[in-house]
Amino acid sequence: MSKDTDPRTTGLAEGPLSRPDFDPRRIKEDFPIFRNNPGVVFLDTAASAQKPQEVIDAVSNFYAHDYANVHRGVYALSQRATDHYEAARLTAQRFLNARQSREIVFVRGATEGINLVAQSWGPWALKAGDEIIVTEFEHHSNIVPWQMLRDRLGIVLKVAPMDATGGLDLPAFEALLGPKTRLVAITHVANGNGAVMPIEAVIRSAHARGALVLVDGCQAAPRMPVDVQALDCDFYVFSGHKTYGPSGIGVLYGKAEHLEDMPPWQGGGDMILQVTFEHTIYQETPHKFEAGTPDITGTHGLAVALDYMERLGRDNILAHEERLTEYGARRLAELPGVRLLGAGNRRLAVLSFEVEGVHAHDLATILDRHQVAIRAGHHCAQPLMDRLGVAATARASFGVYNDEADVDALVAAVKAAQELFAS
Amino acid sequence: MMDLRDLYQDIILDHGRKPRNFRPQEHASHTAQGHNPLCGDRVTVYLTVEDDRITDASFVGRGCAISTASSSLMTEVLKGKTLDEAKQLFHSFHASVTGHDVPALDEALEDDFERLQPLTGVKGFPARVKCATLAWHAVEAALKSGGKPAEPVKTE
Repeated sequence: MSKDTDPRTTGLAEGPLSRPDFDPRRIKEDFPIFRNNPGVVFLDTAASAQKPQEVIDAVSNFYAHDYANVHRGVYALSQRATDHYEAARLTAQRFLNARQSREIVFVRGATEGINLVAQSWGPWALKAGDEIIVTEFEHHSNIVPWQMLRDRLGIVLKVAPMDATGGLDLPAFEALLGPKTRLVAITHVANGNGAVMPIEAVIRSAHARGALVLVDGCQAAPRMPVDVQALDCDFYVFSGHKTYGPSGIGVLYGKAEHLEDMPPWQGGGDMILQVTFEHTIYQETPHKFEAGTPDITGTHGLAVALDYMERLGRDNILAHEERLTEYGARRLAELPGVRLLGAGNRRLAVLSFEVEGVHAHDLATILDRHQVAIRAGHHCAQPLMDRLGVAATARASFGVYNDEADVDALVAAVKAAQELFAS
Repeated sequence: MMDLRDLYQDIILDHGRKPRNFRPQEHASHTAQGHNPLCGDRVTVYLTVEDDRITDASFVGRGCAISTASSSLMTEVLKGKTLDEAKQLFHSFHASVTGHDVPALDEALEDDFERLQPLTGVKGFPARVKCATLAWHAVEAALKSGGKPAEPVKTE
């Protein structure tokens, strides 16, 4: 469905898809958290995004007006809930530009999406000695499921390294590809240092060797247009709570040809056609992967959040995040004693840094007293931190509601921390 | 709301920057590691215990100002204490930074307890309490195991 024929967006965006007047200060007014916490400078969207009023209302109104179980009742309410649920699948399909809606599987989040692929596709497709490649940039959620699979199946897990600039070492990655490589699991944008991975080149090289590619889109999906058909990736996962939607809901995209072949991973209601004690016939994809009553309300909230992002304009959001990232990197680099971690030739939305003489945790405490919320620690990417030779970094990350004033507040608070520790 | 200066008092900043007894001990009778999985901080404490008395206490590791200062002050007060006195100080310190009623201490230990008071600023910063108690938990584990516990002590 094109943007122009989507009934939920017609009338809101005429002509160009995106709002030309992208104004973070006005966008901030859509998010009641800022009204209820005046003065807070929120720079931790990479961990989880705040929610616009319309997502909050959608969740509440759904319970008040439209709630019933899905795919079960013949009564009108259940039909309406089912319609919303399947409409959300169409919204997610559009959001990723998937070819078919049955390529969209609702999961609890990116973590569950990766585990689904590992546990369903893994034992079905792999035998001992086969190889999976991950990178040094991965979040724990894109490492541990593959380690568990390695220990279960006797496969080999290889790790593509970072280069000296903090980007992916593409030649080293390509050298790891071999006749036994079956899957490459790679992040689109690294949450630890903000490096944008050259996934187009990675996917091309992997496919040339007959390997599939799973992309972790947790940091990319909230910030840039994603076209899974253009990318030609085999799997793509993202989490709703990072795309301004509720937590507990997320999306796994898989090419239909893979999802059709893959066996179910959890058994239960909703994923079956017929059950006897002797034999069960499973539903088709995507339903065969959605056992049990799903997060019905969360799915609706996710669809509203994705529509909200579309209305802001995904290109606008990307341009905004790039501008803010560049400004933030420049301002931090100007500060004596601050070391910004490298992120290769393209950084997006994440600034990971160290302040000489001030441990990241002390820095986060001091910044908090200046109402600046950042993350301090290993960012669920301990191997990346080890590679960078740091135990913990401070991480500031951006969302649609941030602007240059937030960066200025960060810089002022970092200076205050330096002064306190120099005293 | 507590002021940042309640947490980062001069003595904390000083010990955070220049920790005392920051060295390993090759022949320690007791040693244990502490690990804070939240931030990745690690500390290793070393004790030499002779005839029920701590004759040397030291530590190595990397951590924030609070955890480094707490480790440093801890090694200072533990030196020369009997094991029972060390236990009393641990319980009183732990109670005072977690906001519990502080159990009665031997009169002879009051000066040492007083010396640890700057660390009680963490009470107003709940996320940081574990930074102040990490090294103490490691000491407790080392003494309980009678030498070296098999696993690092975790704060979680």
